[in-house]
Amino acid sequence: MSTPLLDVTGLCKTYGTNVAVSDLSFTLPAGGSLGLVGESGSGKTTTARMLIGLERPDRGQILVKGEPLAAASRLARAKAVQIVFQDPYLSLDPRLTIRAALDDVLRLHRHPDRAARVTELLDQVGLGAREAAAKPRGLSGGQRQRAAIARALAVEPDVLVLDEAVSALDVSIQAQVLNVLADIRRETGIGIVFVSHDLAVVRYLCDEALVLHRGVVVERGAIEALLTDPQDPYTRLLISSVPHAGWSPEEISEQRRALQQRS
Amino acid sequence: MNTLLDIKGLTVAMAGLGRPILDEVSLAVHDGEAVALVGESGSGKSVTARTALGLFPGGATVSGSVVVGGTEVVAAGPGDLRRVRTSVASMIFQDPRAGVNPVRRIGDFLTEPLRRIQGRSKAEATAQALELLGAVGMPDPPRHLRQFPHELSGGMLQRVMIAYALTADPRLLLCDEPTTALDVTTQAEIMAILGRLRRDRGLGILLITHDLDLAASVCDRVYVMYAGRIMEAAPSAALTSVPRHPYTRGLLGSAPPLTGPMPRLAPIPGAPLGLAEAVSGCPFAARCAHVVPGLCDATTPTLERHGDSQVACLRAAELIDETQGEGLR
Repeated sequence: MSTPLLDVTGLCKTYGTNVAVSDLSFTLPAGGSLGLVGESGSGKTTTARMLIGLERPDRGQILVKGEPLAAASRLARAKAVQIVFQDPYLSLDPRLTIRAALDDVLRLHRHPDRAARVTELLDQVGLGAREAAAKPRGLSGGQRQRAAIARALAVEPDVLVLDEAVSALDVSIQAQVLNVLADIRRETGIGIVFVSHDLAVVRYLCDEALVLHRGVVVERGAIEALLTDPQDPYTRLLISSVPHAGWSPEEISEQRRALQQRS
Repeated sequence: MNTLLDIKGLTVAMAGLGRPILDEVSLAVHDGEAVALVGESGSGKSVTARTALGLFPGGATVSGSVVVGGTEVVAAGPGDLRRVRTSVASMIFQDPRAGVNPVRRIGDFLTEPLRRIQGRSKAEATAQALELLGAVGMPDPPRHLRQFPHELSGGMLQRVMIAYALTADPRLLLCDEPTTALDVTTQAEIMAILGRLRRDRGLGILLITHDLDLAASVCDRVYVMYAGRIMEAAPSAALTSVPRHPYTRGLLGSAPPLTGPMPRLAPIPGAPLGLAEAVSGCPFAARCAHVVPGLCDATTPTLERHGDSQVACLRAAELIDETQGEGLR
């Protein structure tokens, strides 16, 4: 078997007395797409931050293509894993045009043909010349998120971490960005770790998923199996919480209380 | 049936904008009815809800009528507005933390309007605050009265905000994205509480949301709004089973399904219309797959009845024939 893109073993992180992530392990095969599903406090964002080196795990190891992430140099780490956050307004430099922001990344990584690569990136995420010349505040939320995705893809990372990257977008725009991500996945074979609370969106983009609850993985598996035959009561609660015809919020509240009393 | 909120032909415009913020909006909420107003950012859904409290954007020109519990609030005097806000309609918002003073206890927060506006004694106000916290399903009301907002989770604090809204003993509860900032499982709790209040107190509810599935699953009727206009109004079941406006269909087709086949998403192209952009004809024409040049960009469609629904689309009748049997959601 070939070396997985990501091999995470026994990851732990605590803040004071709060356990954010406890003994998390997973692998991401080449070209794979893994969903990390959970609500606030589940440890999904902490995990995402550890994957890109913004947080240092207390214990455990992250291997990217068999090499420990912690030992890599800063630029090597940037080429290994990139991230797109929920709010691109906070992650893009407000003073730079989108073209300049992309160019900056490429210059830092000594890319041989920056202009051509910038054009390629803009094309990949569906941004035109007008958007390339605009600063973040001149763009809509969906366009900014496309720009953030282009910036993350610039150095051709092995793994792209998406932390609630489509959650703040309007539904019609969210669908556009999801299609951009699905195309990128198909065309580049990049590994994707998709952090989200939205099971339907995870289903659209991922083959497998982990369900996190209070820092612990309560269930993992192929996304279709997970959705059609959930084993853990928390997974069942998450699935039934999604509004649908004949939805009974009362029943779900009872289910939730029963779960809380047990833990 | 008693009409709690009756908005008729409401237009809110401001100088310097390309289009009106609200354009000929008509909407009604009856006693004990749950009605949803669905739309994307900038569609005017929050502005519409706020007009029910007599809150209009500063400097705006307002025409049309907004009658709340029998009182006209467009151009109403301070006395009428005060009466509407303190005894007919209350509002809860998306972020409960933004609406509460972080350095005051929950008990002070809840008893202040009861004492100062409703004129209760201290003991009466405390007793009523306890009762309201119980009504919104807080587990330990006496303890919560002594707590500060930071000691409560977002879901718990949203319940406190609902209790606060109930201090006015309203007949109409305006809920502006009340669960958008909350976890999915907490959303169900809040919806269950709103459902119970509606049943027990006969509250009318206007739910503002961007989530069409949520709207259709908890409300009796749904209004779909786009660029300041109502595009479609229908009973929930009719809206999701036979969406008639291309925009409604686009919204339904934009959300990936949780079960069944997973086709590639067919998003609506382009982006929602900004306030600076001028409109001629149908505001959705620029993004619509069924647009007919010369027709849709020339005539502004008004709501017409088709089956159980009201649809603002010039091609609604032909499109229904066209899509019949295609198995659209």
